[in-house]
Amino acid sequence: MLTVQDLDVWFGHAPDRVDAVKGAEFRVAQGESFGLVGESGSGKSTILRAIAGLIPSWSGQIKVDGKPLATDRRDRAFFKTVQMVFQDPYASLHPRHSVDAVLAETLRLQGMDRIDQRIAQLLDDVGLGRGFRFRYPHQLSGGQRQRVAIARALAAEPRLLLLDEPTSALDVSVQAEILNLLADLRSEHGLTYLMVSHDLSVVGHMCDRLAVMQHGRIVEVMEVDDLRAGRGQQNYTRQLIAASAGYSAPA
Amino acid sequence: MTEPLLSVRDLRVTFPTRQGEFQAVRGISFDLGRERLGVVGESGSGKSMTGRAILGLVRPPGRVEAERLDLGGKSILNLPDRQMRKIRGGRISMVMQDPKFSLNPVMPIGQQIIEAYRLHADVPRNRARQKALEMLEAVQIRDPERVMNAYPHEVSGGMGQRIMIAMMLAPDPQILIADEPTSALDVSVRTEVLNIMDGLVRDRGMGLIFISHDLNLVAQFCDRVLIMYAGRVVETLPARDLHQARHPYTRGLLDSLPRLDAPVDRLPVLQRQDSWREGDVLSPRADTELPGGL
Repeated sequence: MLTVQDLDVWFGHAPDRVDAVKGAEFRVAQGESFGLVGESGSGKSTILRAIAGLIPSWSGQIKVDGKPLATDRRDRAFFKTVQMVFQDPYASLHPRHSVDAVLAETLRLQGMDRIDQRIAQLLDDVGLGRGFRFRYPHQLSGGQRQRVAIARALAAEPRLLLLDEPTSALDVSVQAEILNLLADLRSEHGLTYLMVSHDLSVVGHMCDRLAVMQHGRIVEVMEVDDLRAGRGQQNYTRQLIAASAGYSAPA
Repeated sequence: MTEPLLSVRDLRVTFPTRQGEFQAVRGISFDLGRERLGVVGESGSGKSMTGRAILGLVRPPGRVEAERLDLGGKSILNLPDRQMRKIRGGRISMVMQDPKFSLNPVMPIGQQIIEAYRLHADVPRNRARQKALEMLEAVQIRDPERVMNAYPHEVSGGMGQRIMIAMMLAPDPQILIADEPTSALDVSVRTEVLNIMDGLVRDRGMGLIFISHDLNLVAQFCDRVLIMYAGRVVETLPARDLHQARHPYTRGLLDSLPRLDAPVDRLPVLQRQDSWREGDVLSPRADTELPGGL
């Protein structure tokens, strides 16, 4: 479904050029859920943004469905296949557009018909009743907003969802609801997920495989079973797993 | 049992709204000794507001009321601003969530620490500078001379948070209130910052109020935990027993966390009940109301 080869992403120009991603390589199979983990600044979100076409300064090869992507442009077909859900549901919805307006606009842009029925269907899909249709973002809780953002991503009927820390701005109880929703949607619609998170337990719950990143490089691609068992090949992976396990006082 | 550092009885914080009065904190009681006290709950449960109320940081039209709010045996409830400023920073300090928003962006870090320290200690500038360097060393900043002259944007998030801790601890406060001090930090940096706070609490015999939404972290780091729901404490228990919590809310929160060691297909979702808003407070033994101490 998705192949990334030899991906470099940078910001700025020499001598101030920052290489955010260096030689990243991984592939995500159809229907798979793949995680990217690492600390802030490790380049995990940058990879996602480069795939989505939000960063023009990259080189290497990104293939979606076997078709290589151009560096700076994405065509309509791309956005029918790939959609993104952002981290902060408070920032990713227009404060003066109702849920109905957000979804209707997206559906129109995607050239969909029967917009009215589709909006109702989308709201059902993400577990929001019809009563939410004419609400504005400030009338919604964080979890409900993230459901709207997911509905918006689903409007295009994509096959690959890019999830950038979809639950890190939410309380744990709400996080559980959203993670369950994402799992349900994946099995119902046969979606493929590429998910960025700094929370190893969330990735462990959602993903089949994951890549561990440090300083812009992928240090290791591992199976989720190895993550659970703490079997990292690299030192850094083991450190990250140990640090995520929580706090233990120094001896 | 020694005298508690801080004693709170029936603390209430009220805000008038168009729909009538809204109580963000509804009658909280606890004592703080020389210990690490965790306060956990979801957003909106009133945990941050409790910290702000203790420091007198609730702005009008918000109101703070309490049967008792004593620091070292003396009431600090609704003190005039002048007196409160002496206590705030001097005897009770607070570390906020994000160092980026709590440091002055256009002032070198050293200046900020010196200024904060001299507000509470009557010392000449060069002595204050010495103290600032010592504090930066105490929070394990490797090159304190360089950091003194740096601006906040030139240091990383973890370093910024350590600088905040250094600044807050310079006047030697008795109580430190840390509001989500590690939520904006990476896991590896988190451990470092916690180690520093832990050491300082231990060495100086401070009382620490650690406000967090992260149950596992609190269970591992703190001595005692208050669990808040809708402005009230619903359960109090020793941190090491957190995983044996009995209140359905606490249990629900714990169960909704995905775990690496116990994979599940679906995460249990918290079913909220109205009774939690008013029901009894659970605490395993009567004496956990009193400070446990280190």
